Amino acid sequence: MQGVKEKAIELLRSKSVDRVVGWKAGEFFYDLTPAVFTSVPEVEQSFVWSVFCAANLSKYLIAESRRGGKVAAFLKPCDTYSFVQLVKEHRILRENVHVVGVQCAGMCDMETIRSHGLSAVTSVAEQDGALRVETLYGARTLDRKDALGEKCRTCKSKKLAVYDELLGEQGCDEDNGRFLEVARIEAMTPEERFAFWRGELSRCIRCNACRNVCPACSCETCVFDNPDSGLRNKAAADAFEENLFHIIRAFHVASRCTDCGECTRVCPQHIPLHLLNRKFIKDINGLYGPYQAGADFDTKPPLMDFTLHDPEPSQAAVRGGGV
Amino acid sequence: MQVNSEWKPTIVAFCCNWCSYAGADLSGTNRLSYPANVRIIRIPCSCRLNPMFILRAFQRGADGVILCGCHPGDCRYTTGNYYARRRMTLLFSMLDYLGIERARTRVEWVSAAEGAKFAATMNDFVQTVTALGENRRLEDLRCKA
Amino acid sequence: MQRIGVFVCWCGTNIAATVDVQAVSDALAKEPGVVLSANYQYMCSQTGQDLIETAIREHALTGVVICSCSPRMHEQTFRKTVARAGLNPYLLEIANIREQCSWIHKDRAQATEKAIILGRAAIAKVQLNTPLQAGQSPVTKRALVIGGGIAGIQTALDIAEAGFAVDIVEKQPTIGGKMTQLDKTFPTLDCAACILTPKMVDCAQNEKIRIFSYSEVEAVSGFVGSFRVTIRKKARYVREDVCTGCGLCTEKCPQKKVPNAFNLGLDTRRAIYIPFAQAVPKVAVIDADYCSMLKNGKCGVCAKVCAAGAIDYTQKDELVECEYGAIVAATGYNPIDLSGYDEFAYSRSPDVVSSLEFERLMNAAGPTGGTLLRPSDKTHPKTIVFVQCVGSRCSAEGKGKTYCSKICCMYTAKHAMLCREKYPDTDVYVFYIDVRTPGKNFDEFYRRAVEEYGVHYIKGMVGKVSPEGGKLKVQASDLLDGRQLHIDADMVVLAAAIEPDKSARPLATMLTASMDTNDFFTEAHPKLRPVESPTAGVFLSGCCQGPKDIPETVAQASAAASKVIGLLSKDSIVCNPCVAQPDELMCNGCSSCEKVCPYGAITYLDKEFRGPNRTTLLRRVAQVNPAVCQGCGACTVACPSGAMDLKGFSNRQIMAEVDAICR
Repeated sequence: MQGVKEKAIELLRSKSVDRVVGWKAGEFFYDLTPAVFTSVPEVEQSFVWSVFCAANLSKYLIAESRRGGKVAAFLKPCDTYSFVQLVKEHRILRENVHVVGVQCAGMCDMETIRSHGLSAVTSVAEQDGALRVETLYGARTLDRKDALGEKCRTCKSKKLAVYDELLGEQGCDEDNGRFLEVARIEAMTPEERFAFWRGELSRCIRCNACRNVCPACSCETCVFDNPDSGLRNKAAADAFEENLFHIIRAFHVASRCTDCGECTRVCPQHIPLHLLNRKFIKDINGLYGPYQAGADFDTKPPLMDFTLHDPEPSQAAVRGGGV
Repeated sequence: MQVNSEWKPTIVAFCCNWCSYAGADLSGTNRLSYPANVRIIRIPCSCRLNPMFILRAFQRGADGVILCGCHPGDCRYTTGNYYARRRMTLLFSMLDYLGIERARTRVEWVSAAEGAKFAATMNDFVQTVTALGENRRLEDLRCKA
Repeated sequence: MQRIGVFVCWCGTNIAATVDVQAVSDALAKEPGVVLSANYQYMCSQTGQDLIETAIREHALTGVVICSCSPRMHEQTFRKTVARAGLNPYLLEIANIREQCSWIHKDRAQATEKAIILGRAAIAKVQLNTPLQAGQSPVTKRALVIGGGIAGIQTALDIAEAGFAVDIVEKQPTIGGKMTQLDKTFPTLDCAACILTPKMVDCAQNEKIRIFSYSEVEAVSGFVGSFRVTIRKKARYVREDVCTGCGLCTEKCPQKKVPNAFNLGLDTRRAIYIPFAQAVPKVAVIDADYCSMLKNGKCGVCAKVCAAGAIDYTQKDELVECEYGAIVAATGYNPIDLSGYDEFAYSRSPDVVSSLEFERLMNAAGPTGGTLLRPSDKTHPKTIVFVQCVGSRCSAEGKGKTYCSKICCMYTAKHAMLCREKYPDTDVYVFYIDVRTPGKNFDEFYRRAVEEYGVHYIKGMVGKVSPEGGKLKVQASDLLDGRQLHIDADMVVLAAAIEPDKSARPLATMLTASMDTNDFFTEAHPKLRPVESPTAGVFLSGCCQGPKDIPETVAQASAAASKVIGLLSKDSIVCNPCVAQPDELMCNGCSSCEKVCPYGAITYLDKEFRGPNRTTLLRRVAQVNPAVCQGCGACTVACPSGAMDLKGFSNRQIMAEVDAICR
């Protein structure tokens, strides 16, 4: 997508907005980080739009939309769902945000690129629909789909839930088998499932990156930081705490999680946390009818709703266990 | 897994004040026996049960947790048990997904008139959990020696 | 530091026979914070209660745990005991060691062990108990009844009879509702007007009752005991206090072509009108859509003929604000719109009528003066086909309602019977899915229609009605005989499903009262609290809660009135102090709690908070109205941040119990 940076400059120059939320380079060219820009020179100097703009900017608008003035944000299709969900929860003040929708071909992940035997990568750029990867040892061309991060490989939709203006074309819902991995785990025996999750969750170092990046986890005070909740613990005191943390976290965001995949993207221990959230989404879709959090401004999240004839826990769990 | 014949599971039963707690009282009034290792915590409504409480019970050594509330449609607060039903359905499914034996968690609807059902439910639940044995999976996670 | 007293009751031998009460009190004495642990034969006896009172005073106790029978038995008793000793009654916890221990276990060792654990849990909880004050909120001794049909009238009369002031808000120019349009009533066949109009007059004459006719509820705020309601009095263009109801204007008005809504458009009236002769209040009203004076300033005939000088073309809608202690919804029903049922040719032939239109055609005060004539050519119909369940008991996907409208079987039997009685030469067919006639003397009534009056009841539905050469060709199936029927009918009468009045949904939103998917008001409990809404102080009367016939409506109306009287007879309401309370510092303002609250107890407020660097931040935070909250706790779990907690059953209290039990 061309013209993202140019749009940021145009919006600031014309004074139609006071600030722009976008991305700037981190320590490396591939670890882009969300940033707020207030002037044209700032944008010219450090705004980056590249194949590594995976970070979801919606969460930053909770604070930015309350800071006075108008703020523009570049939102990819998946980010718009988080945005709508947060507007719905009265966290983002919609009227203060100018949403620039950006159509997206999927964002790349350096780990995935390296998994193709590439090392010492110096730059990655789009070239004729493919990716040109330059390394100290020469250049190679990769198919973009082979370089995508987990969240983009299983992209749920290219359809933007909301935008004030759009760069590129409006897209459609996609089916990239995002529930296949959940179904694979469900099909295991309980022993295998237990072993799988113990293997994954025992790596947790309670760095809280998943929580801090999650747009649904944007509470004023997290229950895990609240002395009255009875759950407060900063460190992983024992292995149960990790499980407790991840189960509670997944439950707290259940029916509000838009499956943006940020939790897994940022986990330094590569724990597939999205598989917990997707399990809830899969169950909700199966038990209470298809529901996409953040797809609209008015439906009730399924956990804050009910019908008189919902399945009983006993029936549902048999089903949910992949039987 | 070796089950000690003397071993008795610890069962925590959350009962809503208006139906199931009264049902438990009725089973007492009628002298309908169930094992002494079932311990009841009174909550105003099944919808008061936070998943945190269940996980906390497991963390602290419970072997089984059961929630009893009014039958759907009979909630004193009209809709409480409907919310509880969805919450517990999803939570139990998640626990199962993590490989934790799902027979350790249960929801039963017990009315104030169903003293016999309350006792029968508890007898059955204790039997099920006893057969499963100690809560090793969660205990392993607690890093106990 | 907590100073907790533990009191173990023997309950004679009820507890002491299976539980070693001395061992329990000894064990619990060692728990943290416990300064006193005693046991006694009967804690609930005077001596037992004195023991507790004295101990609270002597040991300056900060919390009390009583190990005894179920709290459902004596919690209130012991709360009073504790309060007498000057301790907050909510600093008490009861460990249920009788119903849930001594009575169900036989093994003394096991029962004793369990009693100790239950005692520990209660001690752990009471450590975290906080003094709670039951709030009081005053009750305004005036009730509002919304809807002036038979339901609203009966409710208002009963409330007034008990000596309380009551206002009726009716959107039509007269009270009376649907019943005024009915001819006869089943199963006794007495005339509807004869039994209704005296009640209407009673309302008008009762000094405790104020009638806001031609008025609507505009806004509702407040809660049980003190609702504040804004009522819009729509402009009648006739001064209500001056008009004598002589009716001269309604004869002289030159605009004669106004469809008469009272007769469902089967005849016409003038632009200024009194709905019917027995209207209450008997005051004329100008239909602004048709009055040429109001439309283009030309005419003024009514003002000229009015001797009382009641006409006021400049009248405007007026807003009235009143306070009420209780509100009764009595918004009633309407037959569904039949225009979607073209298989029955309703919109193509004037001789296909709804049952309510048929009532008007049979009524002595109706458009035909009580003679049954076809609307198309004013001839006597010789063959009449009644079709039941039009729009009732439909599948969920199709048009129509899934529920049974309940009254159609009986009024169709009545219509069929009256036809045959007045015009014995008429052939009357009734097509039905089932005939449902539960009710006192109802089935006898239906059987009379079949057996004595020779009405042809045919099980089966009508497939199609086609108007052809002045006849209505009715195609139907007879399910019992398994054959197709073709009837040349003169009239077809459709028993239309009934649905809640359209004003009910916006009203429910104003009242924060819940509704089902069909827009019927939900009752607080389907069996045990059928006339109360889950929203405290809001009561339900008549068809707004579900389809009902007149006797049932009147019974429910009186039941709702008795609930209102019960509420208004109190000077103030003592609120349950165990209600939800948000921690504003942690609240996200996300509305999750509001979505699951069945009582509408939660509202939001933009509140200023101190931000970093001497800034202030405006944040949306939840507010719980303690007079409305019933303390179910649904919100506490819906709240993602844990800002919402329930007093008396707080997160920490329940966790402490869990910890104590699993220890």
